[in-house]
Parts: sequence; structure tokens; C-alpha cells
Amino acid sequence: MPRSELRTKTRKQKLSPEELSDTFLSHVYALPDGRKLDLCIQCGTCSGSCPTAYAMDYSPREIFAALRAGMLDRVLFSNTAWMCTSCYICTVRCPQQIKITDIMYELKRLGIKYGYTSPSTRSAAMARIFINITNRLGRNNESELMMRFYMAGRWGDAIKNAWRGAKMFFKGRLPMPIGGREVAGLSEMRKIREVLERLEEQKAAEEVKH
Amino acid sequence: MEMLYYPGCSVQYTAKMYDTSAKAVCKKLDMELKELPDWNCCGATTYMSVRELVSHGNSARNLALARREGADEMVTVCPACYITLYKTNEYFQTNPEFADMIRQGLKAAGLDYDGGLRIRHLVDVIVNTVGLDEVEKRIKKPLEGLKVACYHGCMLTRPFGGFDSEERPVILDRITRSLGAEVVEYPLTAKCCGGMVTNTESSKTIPVVAGLLRAAKEAGADCIAVACPLCHMNLDFYQPEVNRYLGGDYSIPIVYFTQLMGLAMGLSRRELEIGLELVPSDKVLGKYA
Repeated sequence: MPRSELRTKTRKQKLSPEELSDTFLSHVYALPDGRKLDLCIQCGTCSGSCPTAYAMDYSPREIFAALRAGMLDRVLFSNTAWMCTSCYICTVRCPQQIKITDIMYELKRLGIKYGYTSPSTRSAAMARIFINITNRLGRNNESELMMRFYMAGRWGDAIKNAWRGAKMFFKGRLPMPIGGREVAGLSEMRKIREVLERLEEQKAAEEVKH
Repeated sequence: MEMLYYPGCSVQYTAKMYDTSAKAVCKKLDMELKELPDWNCCGATTYMSVRELVSHGNSARNLALARREGADEMVTVCPACYITLYKTNEYFQTNPEFADMIRQGLKAAGLDYDGGLRIRHLVDVIVNTVGLDEVEKRIKKPLEGLKVACYHGCMLTRPFGGFDSEERPVILDRITRSLGAEVVEYPLTAKCCGGMVTNTESSKTIPVVAGLLRAAKEAGADCIAVACPLCHMNLDFYQPEVNRYLGGDYSIPIVYFTQLMGLAMGLSRRELEIGLELVPSDKVLGKYA
């Protein structure tokens, strides 16, 4: 497997901060209830509720402030979105009903797409490997996922977790790291993927025009 | 009663004892879990991080397959699968534009979905469809004296609520009490365990996991009951890290609520695959099995 695929920081198309904010907004507006983003009152309930805010470079509230200040590139290049565990407590508590978790996902997607992900975060690499496996097999293979993740230069973790991993393997709790059962409808999944990738781009392009 | 069942990737291996014990308990409750044929990965929280609509598309294929089986309801045990499928379904039912795009994708694969499915989690089915009185009728060995901290985690009730409170769910407490066990006060019951981030950057989220274990110990819990494969993984697998972080000697067994139900119903350790966890549960559960 090519190492480049696992690198968290890949320089692709470079966007100016303004272009980046526009792209972000158009994608968020295209999400269900995405326009509620404009209603943020900077109350900080999201940051106060977030279980991992202490480990973030910028707290969730600061994302919305940065967006308004035209500094979204800083947020994208931070670890913020990748420290989001998707626990939805911010979404549930937001007095303006902004779907903050969905917006965090959008930040992750933009970061991956335009190569803005923080080099300090490892979750982007994990996400890429996960997608590769599920697209290939239709289901996840946890052994392959963790092995490929460790092999991309995370030997410390591999050594630390090896004993417990082996225990799990011998208890029958981990599959063989190669292959795995394929879903019969893989071609169905590929067709769905092709159509929806195209529609997603179209929809975001329309939002830019608005 | 027969119910269509979406297992999910985790319960095939990592959380196989959840799958086994859930099926065994459902059988005792006269309910058969019929696996959805040729299901695919729902995408969990990870696929969504790279592509949005495609992730919903993957999830929607399962909904379409379920409808093809003629089902009105599909039950899951993994809260991540539950919320991913639920979310796609919810957006499909409430957002016509979204539904139209998903249907275009499905059509290309020769599938269709009408939005007529209801996604449910097993805890909801046990409490609200089967009923706790039915559970109580089948109890052979009440778990008297066992102190349990019920940890709901995040995705069982968030963000949609559905069958319980988003902030302070009690549904697992109710199930556990019906088994004759004592439920300890556990205020962190719906606080996040770090999710997938604990697997990628455990050094950063260990304080979260440590907080959960410490609260359970301070509440006097003998074990923690969970309903999520990832919660189980994070609390069980990472206890050595927590011990290093807190300088303590935590050794709290993490069990699936279905394993506790099975024990109370008189099922054997083997039938419930107790013993596959990393922090041994023998000391705590030995007298009940």
C-alpha cells in the first residue's frame, strides 16, 4: 500500500481563506438544517459540554467565531474537528439547534479534501484506511484497520497494545488481518457511491451560486 | 416473535460476546433475531468524516434491503450502527431533497427505499415491546448483591432521544434492576468514552476514560454494564493506561447488559461467552454463573 495514502498531510488544491470559508459554508448549507449555522449566538454551551474540548486547539464555539473572522484555515489546520468523538452532546444542547456534530464532520471532510488536516492528528489517517477497507470488502476488518494504522509509523502504539491484541486474537475477538468476508452486493455499493459522489458535488456547487 | 436484525461489523469479532448473549437472551424471551441478508457496514462515525452523502448511501442500502425482506422494523445492538441507520432514515423521512438524492443512488444499484422502516435498538425493544414484566418472569437466579454501574454512553439516545432522555437515560438501569441487581448512582452514565479517538489517540482521551472508571469505583460498583462495543473496548482494553495515568489499580470488569440478563435467566457462562473480556470478571460474576 502506498505510504502517501496514509500521510495525514497531503497538499492538494490550495484555497485562499476566503475561498475556503465559501466552500465550507456551501457544503454546510447543503446539509439538512445546515443554514442554522448562521444563528450561532456564541453562548459557548457547545464548548462547555464537549468531553474532549480540553484536548482541542480551538473549542467548538471558536470555530464559529473563526468562520466569521475569515480565519477558518486556522481551524482546519488544528486538531479540533479530529478530537470530536461524535457524542452529539453539543447538538442536543445547542439553544439555536445548530447540528454542531454534523458541522464537525464537514470540517473533517474539507480538511481531508483540501489537505488541511493537522499533522498532529492521527484520526484522519484512520478514516482513510477505514474507507479503503469498507469500499473493498463492504464491511470493516478490525485487524487490518489497526495493523495498517500502526504500520504507518505508529510502532509505539503497536508495541504497547501487542499483548492485549494477541489476547483478543486468541479469544477469537479479532479476524485475520488480510481478506475477510466480502459483501455480495459490492457492485451495488459501488454504483450507489458513484451516483451520490456526483450528486454531492452538484449540490454544493448550487449552494455556491446562491 | 421474529425481528430483522442488523448485527454490524463490531459484533462479528471484537464484540462477539454481545452478539451471542443478545441472541441467547432474545431466544429466552421468545424472540428470534433474523440477520439481514448481505448487510454492509453502516459507515459508523468514520465514513462520515470523509464523505457525507456516500456514507448515507451505504447506510441506506441496508434500509432498502430490510424493506425488501418485508420488514417494518429492524433492530441493532450497536449504538453506532443504530444512530447511523437511524440518522439516514430520519433525514430520508423528513427531508425530501435528501430522500430524492438517496433514491437516485439506490436506483442505480437496482434498489429502492420507501422510508417505511423503523430502526430500533435492542434495549428499546426489550423494555418497550417485550416488557420488563416478561423479563422478570424468566429470572431464575436473581443477581442479588451485585452492584452495577449502568453506562449508557452517547449514541444510545443522542442526538434524537427516541426512547429515553438524551442527558440522563435510565433504560439500562431499569433493565438491570429487573434482574435483581443493585444499580449504583452513576452520574456520568451518558458521558462520552472518547469513541474512536481513544483508539487513534489514546494519550489524549485517557482522562475521559479514567473519569468514567473512577466514578464507577467511587460509586461502589462491582462491574460496569454497557450496551456498546466501543464503550466496552475503551473501558476494558484501556484500563492499564488508566492505571498508569491515575496511579491506581483499577480492575473493574466491563460486561454487556445482555450478559447480565442471561446470567439472571440461568444461562451458562459459555452460552453468554463470559470470559472473553480482558479485565477478568470471575471474582465478581463467578457466584452467579
